[in-house]
Amino acid sequence: MDEFRQAPAIALELLITLEPELLAIIGLSLTVSLAATLLAALIGLPLGAAVAVYRFPGRSVIAALLNAMMGLPPVVVGLGVYLMLSRAGPLGELGLLFTPEAMVIAQCLLITPLIAALTRQTIADLDRSYREQLQVLNTSQPVMVTTLLRDAWLSLTTAVLAGFGRAVAEVGAVIIVGGNIKGVTRVMTTTIALETSKGNLALAMALGLVLLAIAISINLLAGMLQQAAIRRHA
Amino acid sequence: MPDPAPPSPPQLLPLRVEAVGFARNGRTLLKAVDFRLEAGRISVLLGPNGAGKSLLLRLLTGLLHPDSGRIEWNGHAPEKLRPALGMVLQKPVMLRRSVRANVEFALARTGLPARARRSSAEAALDQGGLLALADQPAMQLSGGETQRLAIVRAWAQQPRVLLLDEPCANLDPHSTAGVEALIRHIHAGKTRVILSTHDLGQARRLADEVLFMADGRLREHAAADIFFDRPASKQARDFLDGRLVL
Repeated sequence: MDEFRQAPAIALELLITLEPELLAIIGLSLTVSLAATLLAALIGLPLGAAVAVYRFPGRSVIAALLNAMMGLPPVVVGLGVYLMLSRAGPLGELGLLFTPEAMVIAQCLLITPLIAALTRQTIADLDRSYREQLQVLNTSQPVMVTTLLRDAWLSLTTAVLAGFGRAVAEVGAVIIVGGNIKGVTRVMTTTIALETSKGNLALAMALGLVLLAIAISINLLAGMLQQAAIRRHA
Repeated sequence: MPDPAPPSPPQLLPLRVEAVGFARNGRTLLKAVDFRLEAGRISVLLGPNGAGKSLLLRLLTGLLHPDSGRIEWNGHAPEKLRPALGMVLQKPVMLRRSVRANVEFALARTGLPARARRSSAEAALDQGGLLALADQPAMQLSGGETQRLAIVRAWAQQPRVLLLDEPCANLDPHSTAGVEALIRHIHAGKTRVILSTHDLGQARRLADEVLFMADGRLREHAAADIFFDRPASKQARDFLDGRLVL
């Protein structure tokens, strides 16, 4: 149980000393996860909104698929990306395996369905009260999608934050496609996995606390931005 | 270079409604509704709650389609006629942006170039007495202001006919007076007004002609003075006398 007592002190020491290696790991974690979240948001927000707004055969099947894919196993996604990017794979020539870009792709694939599914539900709820109004204003369906996305953005930040939370906490996929190479693809979660396997439980827990602190800080910042927007608009 | 003139909207009147029926979940909500409206008058759909007034307005604008019968605006199907056919819903939805931006959104749907929208929106807001509130978030307006903005927003699209569904429901007398003044102002221009209400006083103040509805049927269609002086149907007499229309 010593590890539990030592973890907070080690975490505090890590945060105070800000060793370059730790900073690089934190920086890469944030860069990869933010890039994956940005890409997933660019795909998932319009995709979810379009499924909510457009009426077409198979729409309910796509909605069900999006919901089901929210629980995609990370190792399966990691394996799929690995096979695509490996030398023998169809995208092997790009030479992306064991690079941060591969980790971004894996995280993006993992969280796009999550963001799209949450967006679809949010936009579908808003669409029920907006649709008739937008119809009488002669609004085309593409403009409905962008209008609903704009008016729902406060709620949609929760969807994007959920995506970021899943991305930054993810280990299974990034360790397969990134390889946990020191100074190249080592991020917070893969470092925690490594230190745990080496028996450095206190250090692993300390890194976990640092990761938690980062996630909480980002959510607090987003919450403050939301409150400011609410005060300004309604 | 001047903005290209927008294409002239089609002439919409007369409106012909022939044997229109509508049912949902085994319930007949409208039955054999027949009437014809000409240009130049304010038409009021009058009747108790549940008479089918809002449903009929939705059919007239093409938001819904009748199960039987036919609706033609000078030979055109209603769904092809937006934005020449404008509508203000009973509970209008304000977009989460400023008062001005709400009107600019409506103007954008008519194809008006972006550079002309701001001045057009401000001109419309001025006529609705809302210019001083142009920069306020639309969702912070009072009930009366919201209803006036909804009317201005629809009117900014320069419809030939504007349909208003219970435009003063739940408004205080002061707000009602403001909305009714705006409706008269719109009618004095080129826009034909058709509105629904269950408020007898409002029908007396605004109507040139009355279409009285009860229980999903059109019971009477007459000039306002004739309707109020000599109602022909029992349901209309009950309604005018303040009795429950069953």
